[in-house]
Amino acid sequence: MSFEMIFFILVGALSVGTAVGVVTSRIAVHSALFLLVHFATLAILYVTLNAQFLAAAQIIVYAGGIVILILFVIMLIGSAPLETRAGYRSWVPYAGLALGVVMLAGMALTVLQMPPATINPAANEGGVPIVLGVEIYSQNILLVELAAVLLLVALLGALLLARRPKTEETSIS
Amino acid sequence: MVPTGYYLILSAIIFTIGAVGVLSRRNALIIIMCVEMMLNSVNLTLIAFARQWDNLNGQVFVFMVMAVAAAEVAVGLAILIAHFNLSKSTNIDDVNVMKW
Repeated sequence: MSFEMIFFILVGALSVGTAVGVVTSRIAVHSALFLLVHFATLAILYVTLNAQFLAAAQIIVYAGGIVILILFVIMLIGSAPLETRAGYRSWVPYAGLALGVVMLAGMALTVLQMPPATINPAANEGGVPIVLGVEIYSQNILLVELAAVLLLVALLGALLLARRPKTEETSIS
Repeated sequence: MVPTGYYLILSAIIFTIGAVGVLSRRNALIIIMCVEMMLNSVNLTLIAFARQWDNLNGQVFVFMVMAVAAAEVAVGLAILIAHFNLSKSTNIDDVNVMKW
């Protein structure tokens, strides 16, 4: 077993373990911290796939932006565990688990039937920023414009939605 | 060189864990986190295929998925806060304002 395979198995096991931690934690803050480690392990896997720029973007966008946003919301609305209603639809987790096993079996069957493909060892040396940047800003410039519009609309929508409604005492008397 | 199939299996496992979390948890915050996990596992699949076929379009697609995920989590958390101001609860079973 090569060094690369051992490294992949270790990082993959850590990734799966933290994913399980996100789902099973009782306290929302613990879930968010598990999510942070999970995103970091995925960034390491991106580096092993020759996608260095996307690994950096993963750390910046997900670990630096999204997890921090989730932690801010947890601080705003509190993180008391709420799944304490005894006997309230207690079969739901088992139904979810059964559906998940069925889905995993289907996906694993599809992957195992895939014919083995040989990979060029120099494949996608273009994960480095300069090649990916030329690719994005020359052939896919429309996608960049659309993403900009999407982010602007999401920003305005989030501002509008999370605005505190005007109460009676602030009205002009 | 780790074969592509290993990455696909890992991605399938993470996607399934996220789907089980969406189906079985009742805290809306944790459901949003699980949706992010599912998006990330699909990103891993796209990058693995981008390496296998030596084609950068997969990585460009992952870039766009990241933009959409950032927009989605911002709007989702804003809706969560708006609903929390209304009902003082993050339980997904209490979200029935639009039901009649």
